Amino acid sequence: MRSGARASKPPVPSRLGRWATSHLRERGCPVTAFGVVAPIVVIAALGLLFARKAVHAALALAVVMIGLAVLYAANGAPFLFAVQIIVYTGAIMMLFLFVVMLVGVESGPDAVSEPIPGQRVAAAFVGLAFGAMLVIGVAQVVSNGFSVPKAAVEDDNVEGLAALMFGPYVLAFQFTAALLVTAVLGAMVLAHQERLTPQETQAEAAARRLREFAEDGRHPGNAPTPGVYARHNAVDAPALLPDGTPLESSVPGSLVRRGQVVPPPVTRGPGNSPAKRPAGDKEGEHRE
Amino acid sequence: MSELLGLSMILFTIGAVGVLVRRNALIVFMCVELMLNATNLAFVAFAREHGTLDGQLAAFIVMVVAAAEVVVGLAIIIAIHRSRGSISVDDVRQVRG
Repeated sequence: MRSGARASKPPVPSRLGRWATSHLRERGCPVTAFGVVAPIVVIAALGLLFARKAVHAALALAVVMIGLAVLYAANGAPFLFAVQIIVYTGAIMMLFLFVVMLVGVESGPDAVSEPIPGQRVAAAFVGLAFGAMLVIGVAQVVSNGFSVPKAAVEDDNVEGLAALMFGPYVLAFQFTAALLVTAVLGAMVLAHQERLTPQETQAEAAARRLREFAEDGRHPGNAPTPGVYARHNAVDAPALLPDGTPLESSVPGSLVRRGQVVPPPVTRGPGNSPAKRPAGDKEGEHRE
Repeated sequence: MSELLGLSMILFTIGAVGVLVRRNALIVFMCVELMLNATNLAFVAFAREHGTLDGQLAAFIVMVVAAAEVVVGLAIIIAIHRSRGSISVDDVRQVRG
């Protein structure tokens, strides 16, 4: 009733409009959802190609996955919609973000340098040629076949899937169970780090510190705090010695090893001694 | 249906190009995930066209396999990062002939 009213509405339907409305009517296909979601998904997927940082790529991929979930919901797959959100966006993307944080946001290879000359262009060409091949192949298959009468996808999506999964496909289901167990064990084996030396007890640490103090005069107490309150609001800024040189032992060692320590300020110089820095700087005034 | 397949092919191609072009192992891995997602979309489109649920079940199993694959793959990336301090795919060339 409603669709008939909609179809009779356009006064002079253009060829495209006629095609679109007939397309809409005969398929009942959610073209509108597709039209909204598909450009977003494609742009986000392209972001995966052009993002400089792994975090941005991960966020783009999350957008792609949510968009695909919407498409699943619009195409008669409500169960896959939920699973896509929970498994992909919830679990897999979080795992990706954890690893991005673990290996360091900045530690990826720079996108500019190219070790093999011409590799990127050649790879892009090969990839696009592959895509063209894919389009031709699928188009042939789709245009040749498909005289299958289209039945309605059942309303009881979850029950239907369960009947399939525990009926004809029960072997595949069992294999996925085995696969998951294997994957858990594999991840534990790969990511586990064996402790090679016994852990130092508190008494041993105290004895070592005093021994080091006696031998090379190393201070047995706490390490000096970073220059957080003086010039910066993060721990990657080293404290400054009275002569203005940064004190490397005041920042965490992992930051030093990654080279993520903020360089000393440029206020030093022959005429501008850091000893005469204004005292106001110490009162928690954060400078970028 | 054909538009869903077209989107699926576009996404798969973008994923394939990304695997070939990018050098950060994490992003390469994300591109593999994108390709898996594209095939899932094709599965759903075909399931809709045939009016059966087999395609959706295949997509679901692909998701499970992808989850397992991500766990192992990320563990490998972490192990590589630990042993050589880099996740560039160009730096892993120990076994080349």
